[in-house]
Amino acid sequence: MYQYDEYDHALVLERVAQFRDQIERRLNGELSEEEFLPLRLQNGLYLQKHAYMLRVAIPYGTLSSVQMRTLAHIARHYDRDYGHFTTRQNIQFNWIELEQVGDILERLAEVEMHAIQTSGNCVRNITTEAFAGVAADELLDPRPLAEILRQWSTVNPEFLYLPRKFKIAICSAEQDRAAIMMHDIGLYLYRDAAGELLLRVMVGGGLGRTPILGQQVREALPWRHLLSYIEAILRVFNRHGRRDNKYKARIKILVKALGVEAFAREVEEEWQHIKDGPAELTEAEYRRVAAFFAPPAYEALSDTDLDYGSALAGDAEFARWAAHNLQAHKVPGYAAVVLSTKPGPAMPPGDVTAAQMEGIAELAERYGFGEIRIAHEQNLVLPDVRKADLHAVWQRARELGLATPNIGLLTDIIACPGGDYCSLANAKSIPIAQAIQARFEDLDHLHDLGELSLNISGCMNACAHHHIGNIGILGVDKNGSEWYQVTIGGAQGKASALGKVIGPAFGAEQIPEVIERLVDTFLAYREGDEPFVDTVQRIGLEPFKERVYRQQEASA
Amino acid sequence: MNNLIKLGTGGAHLVADDPWNWVREPLEPLPDGPLLLPLALWRQRQSEDVLAGRADSRDGLWLAPDDEPEELAPWLAGLPLIALEFPSFRDGRAYSQAYLLRTRLGWQGELRSVGDVLRDQLSHMRQCGFDAFAVREDKSAADALKGLQGISVLYGRSVLEPRPLFRRRIGADEEEC
Repeated sequence: MYQYDEYDHALVLERVAQFRDQIERRLNGELSEEEFLPLRLQNGLYLQKHAYMLRVAIPYGTLSSVQMRTLAHIARHYDRDYGHFTTRQNIQFNWIELEQVGDILERLAEVEMHAIQTSGNCVRNITTEAFAGVAADELLDPRPLAEILRQWSTVNPEFLYLPRKFKIAICSAEQDRAAIMMHDIGLYLYRDAAGELLLRVMVGGGLGRTPILGQQVREALPWRHLLSYIEAILRVFNRHGRRDNKYKARIKILVKALGVEAFAREVEEEWQHIKDGPAELTEAEYRRVAAFFAPPAYEALSDTDLDYGSALAGDAEFARWAAHNLQAHKVPGYAAVVLSTKPGPAMPPGDVTAAQMEGIAELAERYGFGEIRIAHEQNLVLPDVRKADLHAVWQRARELGLATPNIGLLTDIIACPGGDYCSLANAKSIPIAQAIQARFEDLDHLHDLGELSLNISGCMNACAHHHIGNIGILGVDKNGSEWYQVTIGGAQGKASALGKVIGPAFGAEQIPEVIERLVDTFLAYREGDEPFVDTVQRIGLEPFKERVYRQQEASA
Repeated sequence: MNNLIKLGTGGAHLVADDPWNWVREPLEPLPDGPLLLPLALWRQRQSEDVLAGRADSRDGLWLAPDDEPEELAPWLAGLPLIALEFPSFRDGRAYSQAYLLRTRLGWQGELRSVGDVLRDQLSHMRQCGFDAFAVREDKSAADALKGLQGISVLYGRSVLEPRPLFRRRIGADEEEC
């Protein structure tokens, strides 16, 4: 893991002191709320319905067990005993007092954490996939470049007041598990035939009111030019992005207005001025940062483990969990374990209690190298578990309520905090998620359905990425009451697609039934084992619409 | 303009007797004294010699955020002062304009921020090459001075420090380009 040096420590501590002073000035009236707002957002602090919410950065979703224990401490002492892991691989605390923020940030700084730029119109947390460094299909660990980007974008004075928020993600595996196509800048890292490390740069992805998938602006960018090329994109965006309308201010609108070719030309022209300057990355810097992500001391193990094999054979429940909650590891004899934060109605998606956090920290220390990852699907990952230890990990995870065998399945719902917390929401998300989870509690049925992602956002801001859920649910406001619009056919990854609306919105109480009918339609038309999204692609929306709305009328 | 902070060789200081009049709207008649004019008006008032780059201008020039700094290239040598406007402190276009003027166009004269200029953004402005700050009238310039320093660590680069931190670290110089 990356470790702070004196520069990192100094920056974070000075930032805490600076923000403490700003809070002080807000409290004594020197700063108006209008003046304070962007300052607190750039320090991760939102004003929600009931209290302040603090969003703490988890750079590229990598966390140490020590840091996890600190998050547990904060949950216990400053919040109501839990935290919420988000789709940007961060954690949010929902019940924070403004007067406590300085102390919390100081506590975080002790374990090399901060909340800098987790909100605001600036470059946000750099994300990648949860299996970075361990995935079997990975070409190269994306985290050194993600860390280099994190540093470069942190308090970069020219780009702190952009037209709108700016999200960057990087992927270096065969499969895109980082939702690259829905980022303002998405980076695919690859090698050419000669072995040179190159980047394919996608720009203008984003969900929200106008969902658009990223488009390629640059192929074969040598990695050394990463910073200057992104600087060029940001400068073009900062100068020319719209600032008259919040909903048209993301870079995707600029790219769309100019056309991707014209946009790429602008960037290229800007880049020519700076590409061979001091921003060009050096081998030495790459090596310095990459050294922090060197593989831990793995044991030389056989890829098959006898005890693991017999546990699989002897324990059907364990086998079911292992079939869904493991990810192939690049080192023989190891696996990455996904801990589900979606146990069903008992706990909202992404919510983890202080006791669970401590339990996870302990698991990471005992059965790993003290490292934990946050997946953008809001689950947690133990990246390095020996196959021989999987059964023990499963047992402990089960005690902790983190072993629901539903990764990638319908009840692995991605949901934002919604109307229960968020002041932007049009509708609640959590009760909808819980009602669907209650309806699909039968594990056999769930597993028969196969891979099926379901995302619920409480408003157009699309924090839960509903557009790219196989089934997407969007909370909308109709004359002051809460309604839900349903889309199907969305997908993430290299085959990303935006879901299509099936028809008029539904009331909250109708949603579980609607989902069931969508699923029934799928089962009626499914060929072989094909996943839901393939069936939708093959047969189109009509059969789904017909079943949902015809019966809707009949039952009315 | 009053309520002004300037950076000089001896550090930052408050200026109480600044002669410049910021002409926000093309008023008739224009006030007396040195004028800080918007681009169109500035151009209108210059002699052919100034416009051709053969003579110095008496008038300062301020750019709105959607003006292109590149347009000033022919006149830079003869300008007494350039100001960049922050219509709102949340509008960050002037940071990029400042970068371009200082780094690409080579402007060495005074670069002043005007408009919604507040304490908590002064350090970013300074990093982007501003050396004069006309703090918003209702705010104390003496208080705003405290915002000038900002955070001492800069990971990336800026107008003041064109080398990113990775080129400034001890031992990082073997690969300087």
